[in-house]
Amino acid sequence: MSAAATATTAATATTANAAATAADAVGPRASLAYLLRLGDLSLVLGQRLGEWVGHSPALEEDLGMANIALDLIGQARLLLSYAGEVEGRGRGEDEIAFLREHGEYLNATLAEQPNGDFGHTIVRQVLLDAFQLELYQRLAASADARLAAIAAKSVKETRYHLRYSAGWLVRLGDGTEESHARVQSALERLWPLTVELFAADEIDRAMADAGIAPPLEQVRAAWAARVDALLAEATLERPRDQSHAWFGKQGQHSEHLGYLLAEMQYMQRTYPGARW
Amino acid sequence: MNAAASRMVDCTDGAAAREALAWQVLATVEDPEIPALSVVDLGVIRHVRTDADGVLEIGLTPTYSGCPATEVIRHSIEQALQEAQTGPCRITNELSPPWSSDWISEEGRRKLAAYGIVPPAKGVSSPRQLAHPDRPMACPRCQSAHTERLSEFGSTPCKALYRCRDCLEPFEYFKCI
Repeated sequence: MSAAATATTAATATTANAAATAADAVGPRASLAYLLRLGDLSLVLGQRLGEWVGHSPALEEDLGMANIALDLIGQARLLLSYAGEVEGRGRGEDEIAFLREHGEYLNATLAEQPNGDFGHTIVRQVLLDAFQLELYQRLAASADARLAAIAAKSVKETRYHLRYSAGWLVRLGDGTEESHARVQSALERLWPLTVELFAADEIDRAMADAGIAPPLEQVRAAWAARVDALLAEATLERPRDQSHAWFGKQGQHSEHLGYLLAEMQYMQRTYPGARW
Repeated sequence: MNAAASRMVDCTDGAAAREALAWQVLATVEDPEIPALSVVDLGVIRHVRTDADGVLEIGLTPTYSGCPATEVIRHSIEQALQEAQTGPCRITNELSPPWSSDWISEEGRRKLAAYGIVPPAKGVSSPRQLAHPDRPMACPRCQSAHTERLSEFGSTPCKALYRCRDCLEPFEYFKCI
């Protein structure tokens, strides 16, 4: 086994040398922003799911929420550590995760939306799980070997996340009159925020041109097909697309992020440098 | 054979012996959450090699990216190697290729079963198969195939919860990934 493993690692190392890094291809500023968008999405969504621990409708759902949150925070650690290296100011994952200001977080606005009821959380989760799955599947072929490795790792976890959230979407949507009404209403409220996920700006375009990230319209088409099929199975109606008013990817967030950060950053700000 | 060449052979043999010793030591390092398994059984050790600077390099891969056991495993490995006096070592984080439950050794699978955790089905880590909930073969207590999934997620990131519908005992199943 050791010989085979060594051979695999050697092959990976060769690929890494041959490939460009995101920072080489598009410059450190744009790559930093791109990595923060990915990492902050996982971090903020993980923090939100963590709020369910001890409050979920059943023990199994408590475990599900905690497990998905753990995966997301693990992915955020990988991405934010990489972001810290690209930034080159010596900041590690903890400083980046806990000591930035409101406008420096670059997650899409959808991720920071409050949990609401369980159905509302599930709708937010389905929309974002499907987005991360389609994105990571394509990022696994990124010209940036490190990003590709993180994405290939995350794809496996994200598949489990979507299997869980999609299962609940169908149970609730195709459930009772009450559960159907609740998830349909959550869908109406959250749907406008999905537009931002696919609204490509100059950073997204530069990443796509350099072969670091897939073009967002490609991700959107795959996401829409997946989500449409799920909504149909859950007997839910797809809301109409609207123009979006939020730009969390560019640091302009809804009011909800500030409260989330206050909770998340409390420990590091009160006891600077605290470690487990 | 001249002296320099013979020293080189010695050196290579020394490195091979040191790496072999390291593998033996690693086979005694337990997974903190499933102590029945060693880190070698679990398939998280990707390589052991001697780098040009003489440092013993251990390539470690996480099972799940957020698994808190990874940090503990890293410390346990460092400590075990230090106690075995294998010399200076370095543990690298190997993300690629991503860990698969297929990398659990045959011995590891036997140990899991003996510990009461149903080992993951083999060869189901292809994306298409992952889309369908995998089912454990049989209840580890009574061998009944009449089992149901209680929860996709369990007490650790790598396990799911099941129940036998015949003997009614709950049990854990190691997820395929």
